[in-house]
Amino acid sequence: MTVHLPVLQVVIPLLAAPLCALVRHGRIAWGIALATSWASFWIAVQLLRRVQAEGPISYALGGWAAPIGIEYRIDLVNAFVLIIVTAIGAVVIPYALKSVEQEIDAAKIPLFYAAFILCLTGLLGITVTGDVFNVFVFLEVSSLSAYALIGLGQDRRALTAAYQYLILGSIGATFIVIGIGMMYVMTGTLNMMDLSVLLAELGPNRTIAVAFGFLTVGISLKLALFPLHSWLPNAYTYAPSAVTAFIASTATKVAVYMLLRFFFTVFGWAFSFDVMQLDLVLLPLALIAIFSMSLVAIFQTNVKRMLAYSSVAQIGYIILGISMASVTGLTAGILHLFNHAMIKGALFMVLGCVMYRVGSVEIEAMRGLAKKMPWTMAAFVAGGFSLIGLPFTVGFISKWYLILGALERDGWQWWLVVGLVLTTSLMAVVYIWRVVEAAYFQDAPDEVGEPIREAPLAMLIPTWTLILANFYFGIDATFTSEVAGSAARALMGIAP
Amino acid sequence: MEDNVILRIGAKILIPFILLFALYVQFHGDYGPGGGFQAGVIFAAAFILYALIFGVDTAKRVLPLRFVWFCGALGVWIFAGVGVVTLVLGGEFLNYNVLRHDPEHGQELGILLVELGVFTTVFGVMVAIFYMFAARRQVR
Amino acid sequence: MNVLGLVNYWAFIFLMMVGFYILISQGNLIKKIVGLSVFQTSVFILYISMGKIRGGTAPILMEGDPVYSNPLPHVLILTAIVVGVATTALGLSLVVRIHEAYGTVEEDEIHDLDVAEAE
Repeated sequence: MTVHLPVLQVVIPLLAAPLCALVRHGRIAWGIALATSWASFWIAVQLLRRVQAEGPISYALGGWAAPIGIEYRIDLVNAFVLIIVTAIGAVVIPYALKSVEQEIDAAKIPLFYAAFILCLTGLLGITVTGDVFNVFVFLEVSSLSAYALIGLGQDRRALTAAYQYLILGSIGATFIVIGIGMMYVMTGTLNMMDLSVLLAELGPNRTIAVAFGFLTVGISLKLALFPLHSWLPNAYTYAPSAVTAFIASTATKVAVYMLLRFFFTVFGWAFSFDVMQLDLVLLPLALIAIFSMSLVAIFQTNVKRMLAYSSVAQIGYIILGISMASVTGLTAGILHLFNHAMIKGALFMVLGCVMYRVGSVEIEAMRGLAKKMPWTMAAFVAGGFSLIGLPFTVGFISKWYLILGALERDGWQWWLVVGLVLTTSLMAVVYIWRVVEAAYFQDAPDEVGEPIREAPLAMLIPTWTLILANFYFGIDATFTSEVAGSAARALMGIAP
Repeated sequence: MEDNVILRIGAKILIPFILLFALYVQFHGDYGPGGGFQAGVIFAAAFILYALIFGVDTAKRVLPLRFVWFCGALGVWIFAGVGVVTLVLGGEFLNYNVLRHDPEHGQELGILLVELGVFTTVFGVMVAIFYMFAARRQVR
Repeated sequence: MNVLGLVNYWAFIFLMMVGFYILISQGNLIKKIVGLSVFQTSVFILYISMGKIRGGTAPILMEGDPVYSNPLPHVLILTAIVVGVATTALGLSLVVRIHEAYGTVEEDEIHDLDVAEAE
């Protein structure tokens, strides 16, 4: 069966989702979701091992060989992204049990898990497929379920947030289809490998340039690149806690993967960066995102919203790495893909614990919380260290590579980039500190009702698993940096 | 709509033909334009017409929500199940060649089953969406 | 390749711009969904047009060697139509729930209600 792993990666969650929708009891649906997410993680690990040992895997669906049939193609880049998505899924689902039981109607819980697993299916599908139209289909599977999940939030503003995301997400997806259609007109193929060959033969051409533009805008909408990020803060703030933790650490990451796939594999980096000069667009936008969103984050009173803005800034770091168009820069981008997923996943899970006990994630409500929920707040501090980028955390590793990448380039403006990365790290200190100050150094408000206790172990253990992963991969970064380095070289077309 | 004789009689005459046409579109997909999605939508349209004329509650007695819900999930299982069977028989996912003794018959059987899955899901989901929207007004 | 020969593509661009304009200019949530549908439909025309060959028939098994339209764009667009149906259904269901929660489907009124609640 091992040859079939690429397709099983998608089919197992696809089979599990309708099953979740049919069962009546929330806990059974949760059990199915748990088994599915762990099976997916296991498959992703097997796939990564095989790719590392034997090189890219190609799987022809229906026995129709590429470029006629749909091909699932896994190389180091998407094997690595698969690990990120499934790992986050495998950690968030155990965590979701308690959090979801409190935040969502009992009758809707089986459907919640069905949508959750469908979202996972879509994200995994985007990542494994080697067919550009298939990317669009899976993108919509994941996005539609994500809109539904966000709309399940308790606050009524969750509905408007989901609606706004639906409108902007659909515009993005439609732009992507238009881009794909134009590439199909010019080449007559949808297979990524085939496209890259045919597009290179075709040479620069107006239709392809327009297709490139549509794809850039469409994908940028999906990954919330500044200034197309307006859907993100509300969506993250009002979604149920488990959903925020999952979507924040996977959906935008998979969108970044799409960006890498289209610009480096399909169009080729020479076309993207030399002919279309994508870096001239991405670099300033990334820098503005990093600076302005860090600044906005400082002034937020809702911690979830603060971290949402911080996410837009962090996406800026990833794009900054990519826009350097060098192996080191790209390595930094891919590394930060993994690292940011762990940082934000952990932090949003901490906020879910706070939500579970306190019922609010306003800074006001978190005053003096460190005494009542010591483990939860310790996790927040540890995750905050990682977000800031202190040594021995994954955040440090990403920023280290990012700065190395900037220093490789000549010119005074790259020194400004380095300065900006360091400044914004200090800004992260400021906004994390605001929460820490409230939790550790202020008196708790008078309690009404039953006293606030530590979050349940079922939520703390997954949270701390991610926090410890932050430190593990921060101290021993050989695995992640090796994989990211080889993935970057593969994308740039340099032999590993 | 209860007392509107023309609509009631008209619908009663039309509905069997709509259902039949849906099945035609479904099974004629090999030789002409058609397939599971179109057929599923037409089949669902017959029931939606019935619900519009005779009321959602009457329609739910013919076709309970639980049943269409089940159809929606079942279709995905039929589709993916065919894929899993082909895996077990030693082919790639959805490689119908292995379903029967020779590839041509295998392909024919495979596409019929997959389209049946699509039909079931689309029919179930369409009616379910209609029921959900229609039930919403009664709540308020 | 004269202007009239590209009429399908003109229709595509026109519909795309109409849909996009409705999306941007309208404050009514249902009208926005209408705009989104028009916007998505324009893409269907783009795909169907590119598969068309003058004098081509449907790609069905026939005697001889007939000229036929490329079926692949049709299949792709069937998928895109399904996606469009799902998006519209989900969008409308969100609008129904927004109406239940806020009592209005006008964007600026919802904004005012949110601001009022925050104060």
